[in-house]
Amino acid sequence: MAILEQVFQVEAGAFATAGEASMTIKRTLKKLGINANVLHQLSVASYEVELNLVIHSMGGALTLTVEPDKLTLTSKDVGPGIPDIGKAMTEGYSTASEEARSLGFGAGMGLPNMKRNATTFSIESEVGVGTTIVMTFAL
Amino acid sequence: MTVQDVREILQAEVLYGEDMLDKPVESGCGADLMSDVLAFVKARTVLITGLINLHVVRTSEMVDISCIVFSRGKMPSEEILEEAAEAGIAVLATQMTTYQCCGELYKRGLPGTRRR
Repeated sequence: MAILEQVFQVEAGAFATAGEASMTIKRTLKKLGINANVLHQLSVASYEVELNLVIHSMGGALTLTVEPDKLTLTSKDVGPGIPDIGKAMTEGYSTASEEARSLGFGAGMGLPNMKRNATTFSIESEVGVGTTIVMTFAL
Repeated sequence: MTVQDVREILQAEVLYGEDMLDKPVESGCGADLMSDVLAFVKARTVLITGLINLHVVRTSEMVDISCIVFSRGKMPSEEILEEAAEAGIAVLATQMTTYQCCGELYKRGLPGTRRR
C-alpha cells in the first residue's frame, strides 16, 4: 500500500522549469524524514531522469511512490524511444542538443548515474512509442 | 573548514547566506559540467564554477552542496540568488579563476570529491 503518490508532468524542451519536480520531490521527502543517504541517491537520480525527459523526450511524467519499505520513481514518456539502450547506458555517450550542453548537461552520464544510485533500475524503450524507467530505493 | 574559511581563502564576496558562514565544508569540486556534479559530488561540498544559470543552484540542492562559488568575477542574477535562498545554499563570488580557487583550497587541506 502506497503512503503517498505524486505525479509530475514534464514538458519537452522546458529548460527554464526543468528540475522543479525533483526539487519538490526532495523537499517533500525531507519533510517525511527520509534517511539522508537515500534522499541524496534518489535526488540525483530524479534530477537526471527529469532532465532527460526535458532534453530527449516528447514529454512525459515523473511519478513518486512512497511505501513503508521503499521509494519508487517512474519516468514514462511518449517518445521518441531509444534505438540502442546498450549505447545509451554507456558513460560518455550522448545525443543531447547544444542547448542542453550549454546549461551544463549532456555529458552522457545520466542513465549510468541513475543505475548507480538506485537499488533497482529497469529501462524499457520502443522507438516510436516511448521509454519507461522504473527505479526503486530501499528504505 | 567552514564557508567563512572558504570566503577568506578565496577573497570572496558573500552574495547570499551571511548567516550560513559557519556551515561545514568537507570537500571541494570545480566543475562547469552539472552532469559531473550529479555524478561525483557528496554532501557538504563547496562547488566552484564559471557556469551561471539556475541549474547550478538546482543541481547543488540535489546533492546537498553547502556553498557555491562563482569564479573569475562572474556575477549571478537576482533570480539565481533567490533560488539559492529558497534552497538554503550560500553563494560567494570571487575574482580568482576556477583553477586558482581549487588550488588555494586544496593547498589548505580541502580534499576533492570522490565518486560514491
